Amino acid sequence: MNNLALSDRILMSVDKPARYIGNEVNMVRKNPEDVEIRFAMCFPDVYEIGMSHLGIQILYDMFNQRDDVYCERVYSPWSDLHKIMKEEQIPLFTLETQSPVCDMDFLGITIQYEMCYTNILQILDLSHIPMLAQERTDDDPIVIGGGPCTYNPEPLADFFDLFYIGEGETMYDTLFDLYISMKKQGGTRKEFLRAVCKLPGIYVPSLYEVSYQEDGTIASFTPKYEDVPPTICKEVQMDLTDTFYPRKPLVPYIKATQDRVVLEIQRGCIRGCRFCQAGMIYRPTRERDVEMLKECARDMLESTGHEEISLSSLSSSDYSKLKELMNYLINFREKGVNISLPSLRIDAFSLDVMSKVQDIRKSSLTFAPEAGSQRLRDVINKGLTEDVILEGAGLAFAGGWQKVKLYFMLGLPTETEEDMKEIPRLADRIARRYYEIPKEQRSGKCQITISTSFFVPKPFTPFQWASMHPKEEYLARARVVNEEMKEQLNRKSLKYNWHEADVTVLEGVFARGDRRVGQVLQRAYEKGCMFDAWSEFFDNKKWMEAFQECGISIKFYNQRERGLDEILPWDFIDCGVSKSFLKREWQHALKGEVTPNCKIQCNGCGAAKFEGGVCLEHQN
Amino acid sequence: MNIRIKFGKYGVMRFVGHLDVMRYFQKAMRRANIDIAYSEGYSPHQIMSFAAPLGVGVTSDGEYFDIEVNTSSSSQEAMEALNKVMVEGISILEYKQLPDTAKTSMSLVAAADYLVCPKPGCRPFAETLLELQEKVHAFYEGQSEICITKQTKKREIQMDLKPLIYQMKASGKDGNPSLFLRVSTGSNDNVKPELVLEAFCHFHGISYDALAFQVHRLEVYAKADEIPVKGEKERKAYEAFLVKQRQSYQKEGKEFPQFLPLGELGWDIK
Repeated sequence: MNNLALSDRILMSVDKPARYIGNEVNMVRKNPEDVEIRFAMCFPDVYEIGMSHLGIQILYDMFNQRDDVYCERVYSPWSDLHKIMKEEQIPLFTLETQSPVCDMDFLGITIQYEMCYTNILQILDLSHIPMLAQERTDDDPIVIGGGPCTYNPEPLADFFDLFYIGEGETMYDTLFDLYISMKKQGGTRKEFLRAVCKLPGIYVPSLYEVSYQEDGTIASFTPKYEDVPPTICKEVQMDLTDTFYPRKPLVPYIKATQDRVVLEIQRGCIRGCRFCQAGMIYRPTRERDVEMLKECARDMLESTGHEEISLSSLSSSDYSKLKELMNYLINFREKGVNISLPSLRIDAFSLDVMSKVQDIRKSSLTFAPEAGSQRLRDVINKGLTEDVILEGAGLAFAGGWQKVKLYFMLGLPTETEEDMKEIPRLADRIARRYYEIPKEQRSGKCQITISTSFFVPKPFTPFQWASMHPKEEYLARARVVNEEMKEQLNRKSLKYNWHEADVTVLEGVFARGDRRVGQVLQRAYEKGCMFDAWSEFFDNKKWMEAFQECGISIKFYNQRERGLDEILPWDFIDCGVSKSFLKREWQHALKGEVTPNCKIQCNGCGAAKFEGGVCLEHQN
Repeated sequence: MNIRIKFGKYGVMRFVGHLDVMRYFQKAMRRANIDIAYSEGYSPHQIMSFAAPLGVGVTSDGEYFDIEVNTSSSSQEAMEALNKVMVEGISILEYKQLPDTAKTSMSLVAAADYLVCPKPGCRPFAETLLELQEKVHAFYEGQSEICITKQTKKREIQMDLKPLIYQMKASGKDGNPSLFLRVSTGSNDNVKPELVLEAFCHFHGISYDALAFQVHRLEVYAKADEIPVKGEKERKAYEAFLVKQRQSYQKEGKEFPQFLPLGELGWDIK
């Protein structure tokens, strides 16, 4: 395997050439001649980010278990190589066999965040695949999108042949079988798309028509043909134990962001925070069996040689067998394996575990109250109370910790100036708790770091109707927090970080946008926008020009409270959680009423129709 | 127990840099179940040190690193276990035990051999082996000093390469003969083969293009007369071993070498 797609001259001239050579530990090798389907799996960001993604590792392993499929990988070439590939007309290639992506049967792109949308266009462009799905021919790969952003695929509708909505474990086998049988019968791309749209979870955007009202809102969203399903129900893998999980994940040479074994312990979250999309779309909460997890952990540590293992889930403390699992994993410490802890609820148990696996003086505790005041925490249904935070911090300080990180959001619905000011005040009260410890028992100052991000309403959350703010307003709110922080008694122990608001505004548009915003993406890409999630590349001026030139109003998408009866671009998707539940939650939010978590009480969100996970625990 | 491992790096692995190769081997030790020793503390790390970093793009048959292990299987078993978990492009060539007080390979490195060959499609050094031999002779034997200007971070320095080039000769076949180099290597007087090449090309009026050559490291050496162990008792034992070595060379009618490959300072575990 000495035939690389790039010449030595190119590889020696770009940063981190190991990004482009493949050949990693546990890479799957097959003879492309021996398979029916060649699949290029893409994470549209730089290698180190893409290689850290668990979803791709799961699908890579699952697809390659089929003898008739060869799944290879592709990531975004960094800007230095991008320039060379454009100049020299080098087609984008897969890492495994270094073959052109355009020779594949499928190009599957995982869509994890809005700010990677221009990178998707880069992938298509460098692959020499027509950007617009309607311009593709039978010679081009079928371009599939998957991942959380497909819960509103509309901004990307023009660029994809189909979207797979939901969890990948369930429907790909059927999809591949269908493709193979149609390919053998000489079916065309069009015929395949017409057939595949009938599979559960599959959305073929070109088979639907959207019309708009004069005010710009959607008038109708309808299938073009009678046999095309009007709603698409997400796919969900109900049994997370007896299913695919990679025992031999790939191990990159260059340090990936996740340079460790990742163990997904459960999917979904029982908490029901009203801003959180993941907490809604991954319902119902399903746990993996602890014995399976132990086995996976052992196998993956053995096959990768990683020196660290991390648990992955939305709320690890809610995993019922967490203690048993942690006690098992701690045994690997003897073999030099470190345990990286996910955000655990701070209590006696988690502090005990942390003290075993971390250097207390160096590590910090993380709390995510998300809002400064109890009032606003009730609005967002974040169950965390100030007492719990102070008690957890108190326990931690007594145990020797001195550093605390606090995460908040600014711009949440109904937020007042008082709510903003409560952020530094809460931090100050935590610091006071530290200084209550007698001087001789503590060592020096405590360090409380406050970070705020700006809230972006997401589809399929109770806040999907909420209005956003102009960029200036976000920055003004950050200044309120900053000024108030300077008034605090322990201000010297507090530190405040916040971000620019330009990206927030764009995320808002693409999170809840419709098909019409796709042209802005294309225009922005043509202007050179790429790697927008990277501050060194993000160019807001070009984006604003793109909006202007396309005649698309940011205000229409962001600064407008949507009517409850409005047809939302993603209404055709059924994620299990019903629109009436979301409406109810939105009303509760505005009244500051909290909703108990799924383990305390079923709130009738609709996900019970999947007949499993936490929903079944209530049937007695 | 100290172990010295020799490995080769070739193919696409030449694009994996030194730090990443270190990380690669840390993980490989675990995959192969080598009972490597860890440092103390909250973030224990494997006791492992590399001899001489290899530049990106360079291939090698003579890379070394040392590890400390708590227990070890035989050299053959350990090599098999390691080779089973290697990727294509890295192979384990030796696994040898060292004296308990062995100096690290890094501190012993004194010289390295390289083979430099113009890449396919690039201009050869010479048409025939003979022609290259003549060119090398004119450059190396023909000059009393080989002055070059070396650009460091702070300033330019003048230096004479000649005493740092221990050997230079033409090798290979007509058509595309290659250059063999033995140069000073290590923390003092480290000479990269590219530096010699540039001077050579300059001397012969050939335009120098760093990307036109494949550099291949063949072996890394310690000075034969340097005592590679610490401690009085061990020193004496090694001196006795050296005497024996010299005798065995004499017996075979060979000259005792100036340099010994780093791997020759250890022995196979049976």
